[in-house]
Amino acid sequence: MRRSRLLYVPFWATYVFLYAPIVVLVVMSFNSGESAYTYEGFSLKWYADLAADERIMDGLINTLIVATGSTVIATVLGTLLAVGLARHTRSKTLDAVALVPAVLPDLVLAIGLLLFYGMIQLTLGLYSVILAHGVFAMAFVAAVVRTRLSGADASLEEASRDLGAGPVTTFRKVTLPQLAPGIVAGALLAFTLSLDEFVIAFFTIGNSEQTLPIVIYSMIRFGVTPKINALAAVLLLVSFTAVIVGQRMTKIGESRAQD
Amino acid sequence: MKVSIEARPVSPSRGRRLGAFVFLAPGLTYLIVLLLVPLALVLSYTVFQRGRFGGVVYEFTGENFARLFDPLYLSVLGTSLKIAGLATLIALLLGYPTAYLIAQLPRKWKTIALVAIVLPFWTNFIIRAYAWIILLSGPGLVNSGLQALGLEPVELLYNEGAVVTGLLYSYLPLMVLPLYAAIEKLDPQLREASANLGASAFTTFRKVTLPLTVPGVMTGCLFVFVPSFGNFVIPEILGGGKTAMVGNLIRTEFLKARDWPFGSTLALALIAVLLVLLLAQAWVARRA
Repeated sequence: MRRSRLLYVPFWATYVFLYAPIVVLVVMSFNSGESAYTYEGFSLKWYADLAADERIMDGLINTLIVATGSTVIATVLGTLLAVGLARHTRSKTLDAVALVPAVLPDLVLAIGLLLFYGMIQLTLGLYSVILAHGVFAMAFVAAVVRTRLSGADASLEEASRDLGAGPVTTFRKVTLPQLAPGIVAGALLAFTLSLDEFVIAFFTIGNSEQTLPIVIYSMIRFGVTPKINALAAVLLLVSFTAVIVGQRMTKIGESRAQD
Repeated sequence: MKVSIEARPVSPSRGRRLGAFVFLAPGLTYLIVLLLVPLALVLSYTVFQRGRFGGVVYEFTGENFARLFDPLYLSVLGTSLKIAGLATLIALLLGYPTAYLIAQLPRKWKTIALVAIVLPFWTNFIIRAYAWIILLSGPGLVNSGLQALGLEPVELLYNEGAVVTGLLYSYLPLMVLPLYAAIEKLDPQLREASANLGASAFTTFRKVTLPLTVPGVMTGCLFVFVPSFGNFVIPEILGGGKTAMVGNLIRTEFLKARDWPFGSTLALALIAVLLVLLLAQAWVARRA
């Protein structure tokens, strides 16, 4: 295969483009000066500032509450839905409906829920965000579990039913153990998506609470300080570790499966 | 595996129907209440009048749709198409060669290169936009670089270029992945055959590789265009409120102007544009 050297220009440009902002962000978080633009010297003071910031800590706690709540909803309902769609119906329409939240623009879901909450006169707060995040998170869990289900052996379930077990017993004792890795993967995806979600939370949270992305958003609109950089660096470290650990774990899982 | 046997006098068909109900009912109820009803509300609000302090007055009107064709709103629609289109085009121009080269890397490097593409995507969306404020703003790094070269500093932030950059940065990984999947599964023998028959590398690309990866190109373009077109966060953070896109209008109508019916009509227009694109993509995918 001959490859034009010219192709390497956009290739490296892509990686530089993706990582240059991240490098600058992290370097500036260690700035001893007051500016996020000019580096004056090394200091950890912005990290200390960060830990002392109650608004950020409250936002972090709220985000974790929302992510946990919506992950529980999404994992339970999404798993049941995936099994139901794969084993108990042939309806293409239901299949499509289950995928809609994953492809619908977040803004449209956000305003729809705002109108709905307004109509039933629900006071907005963390739980309205939990319910909202449950909608799209469930679609992702259902999709991941379904993928796992298509690889699972359906004849085991048939055998269980032939032996007289009801659908619930079959699910609990045969289907569920086979699906466990898919359910864990789906739950992790739901949790990560909720942690990062801004638009739907912004529309459905009301005025009394804030999730972390909303705190960051209002901080940015107020002005640029190295404290935001420090927060960014911490979040980067957390998500990079999570992705790399996840990658390792799938690799270990794969090599175990080959043994 | 231990399977307890509980013999119960349940006819298979009744058991099946019960199973379908137990598994499907909870999730579908949730989706009906929190997805279909809200979407139906958005749709129905488009034909009603606004309430004085938000909300809706259930009196029929066609005015919301008429307002959509006001030159002011049409120009916002045009700007959104232009900005999202530009971001998509640049993503394709950067993403295609990148995906092409990743597909030819040795196995070990392939995984690393792909993880490196996805990694920034897993960081907070707002923070990714914030990073560009630091790079592009007046005293920022790009301008410092220009000054070091003896050039005049330029205003890079708070314009359409900054919005395109931010969208590109946010969604570039979504372009590379489907392209990689499409290029990876190409049979290398096809390209070898083309080269053996005397075609230049460029001709092989134009006549063999590119046509076979069109579905991947379409998917990638859709993945970048859809979230870009309806975006309101990036235009707000990097466009400084000067560059309004459809998303910004919808946000303003709902949270500031409190005209929910017109906001809903704008959302419907947004969905309509995206639906047309989805149908076009399905059509191309079926022909390919």
